[in-house]
Amino acid sequence: MSVDPATVKKIARLARIRVDEAELPALADEVNGILHFVEQLQSVDVEGVAPLTSVVHRSLPLRDDVVTDGGSAETLLANAPDRIECFFTVPKVVE
Amino acid sequence: MAGELTKLGIAEAKAGLAAKDFSAVELTSAFLDAMEGGRALNAYITETPDLALEQAAKSDARIAAGEAGPLEGLPIGVKDLFCTRGVLTTAASHILDGFTPPYESTVTSNLWRDGAVLLGKLNMDEFAMGGSNENSYYGPVVNPWRRNGDTAALVPGGSSGGSAAAVAADLCVAATGTDTGGSIRQPAAFTGTVGIKPTYGRCSRFGIVAFASSLEQAGPMTKSVTDAAILLGSMAGHDPHDSTSVPTPVPDYAAALTGDLKGKKIGIPKEYRVDGMPAEIEAWWAKGAEWLRDAGAEVVEISLPHTRHALPAYYIVAPAEASSNLARYDGVRFGLRVPGKDLIEMYENTRGEGFGPEVRRRIMIGTYVLSAGYYDAYYSRAQKLRRLIANDFETAFETVDAVLAPTAPSAAFASGEKADPVSMYLLDVFTVTANLAGLPAMSVPAGLSDQGLPMGLQVIGKPFDEAGVLNVGFALERAAAFKAKPAAWWRA
Repeated sequence: MSVDPATVKKIARLARIRVDEAELPALADEVNGILHFVEQLQSVDVEGVAPLTSVVHRSLPLRDDVVTDGGSAETLLANAPDRIECFFTVPKVVE
Repeated sequence: MAGELTKLGIAEAKAGLAAKDFSAVELTSAFLDAMEGGRALNAYITETPDLALEQAAKSDARIAAGEAGPLEGLPIGVKDLFCTRGVLTTAASHILDGFTPPYESTVTSNLWRDGAVLLGKLNMDEFAMGGSNENSYYGPVVNPWRRNGDTAALVPGGSSGGSAAAVAADLCVAATGTDTGGSIRQPAAFTGTVGIKPTYGRCSRFGIVAFASSLEQAGPMTKSVTDAAILLGSMAGHDPHDSTSVPTPVPDYAAALTGDLKGKKIGIPKEYRVDGMPAEIEAWWAKGAEWLRDAGAEVVEISLPHTRHALPAYYIVAPAEASSNLARYDGVRFGLRVPGKDLIEMYENTRGEGFGPEVRRRIMIGTYVLSAGYYDAYYSRAQKLRRLIANDFETAFETVDAVLAPTAPSAAFASGEKADPVSMYLLDVFTVTANLAGLPAMSVPAGLSDQGLPMGLQVIGKPFDEAGVLNVGFALERAAAFKAKPAAWWRA
């Protein structure tokens, strides 16, 4: 499988990364190099093998459903690139 | 005297402090001087001298009061992937510009609890993606080691390249690293230092900037196996803030170091003998097997049949997890923001400018393999391969106690030598298997190459048997008697 510059543009859009048009062909080559490398997995017989999602052999622990933290608005906002009062800001999304 | 102090590892510095040969402030000052003289290596992104001296003074007070912790007064460098309260944390990325965490990672909390002193934050590959430390927004780290009769700059390995260089050049007593596909072990091998990646779940990942959550672990990078045992003992432990951290008691790792391997069986995986492997790597590997035999172990050949599929599986799983983890960098809550005419354009501009080329590549690959129509062909298949690789080890550990292999397929190489991403990925060929299977694995220096560069040997062990891995490492260390240090050319 290989990707063309148009597909790379689509992936970049999905990943929310701006890529200049002029960079697309070179980036497609890089992505294809990697895809070609991982392609070798297609030759392995994995019939009946269950995917391994975690190497921790125990079920996810549940904690008590109680409040343990909170009331830290100032701390949470301290690193915000921009804020208004107690809120993060983003460019206007509704007209 | 000061120059001598920086040569000390954890065990010797602890003894010196206990005997009152020097104070924690004197020890810390010696390292701060060395760091200033070692800036040509670019090992540190942020130095924290004021904080270090303040912590050291408190350590001296606790030592005087007889309340010294296990790491009291020991000056440590921390990879800049660990969140440190009030201290800039960058993951070596432009996108985390100015990020000052309001909280502390659990691993570093454990270090301060035990009395350690923070010297500063160590350089690395951006978001821990890389094997040469050339992918840092803050510039590459230079390996303190050079080839015989050559002044060409070599890479320190990566991604924990700053940690490895700082330990090798005596710019800290020891350092923390993280290992997602070899990022502790490979730089340790390239710099003649010791590094161990513990079992997945042994150290808390809380407060470590996430890259590939199912693969990564924190671990110590040190001047000796004994130091690694002591530092790991402080770093490890269960943490309710990380649901994958395991509530298994942490043994006294240093106490397990006997170097006696009688009754132990060590496996040599025949599939690790890869095409084009330099003869001297084979030779050091054989030498390592001989050392373990001398220490009483029985050495047998084993088979890990799915080894050759580990790298492609890793380079699907890790980017997939990265694309998901790095979605949080959106220019809204912390770090860099590059304006745009609307919300989407602001995201795209921020991420386009904030991520370096390798991080961008991996996010793109991850996004692609997880996208509709490709999930089964790539991601799901890679996870199945991951199962087969883990099964290989499980089968092997029915007959052997640990596995001996080379750490890396080459010694340190020159900056810019591996420009193609895939040739860089191939460096991880011997290390990614332990991450995919979640196993403890360490690198120990074996000796010098023909060109005068350090070569590492890798020990891979059973889940939660760090003590066993460290003891095999200890036997190797004793037999290798590796005492070489790089010439201090970087001191102006």
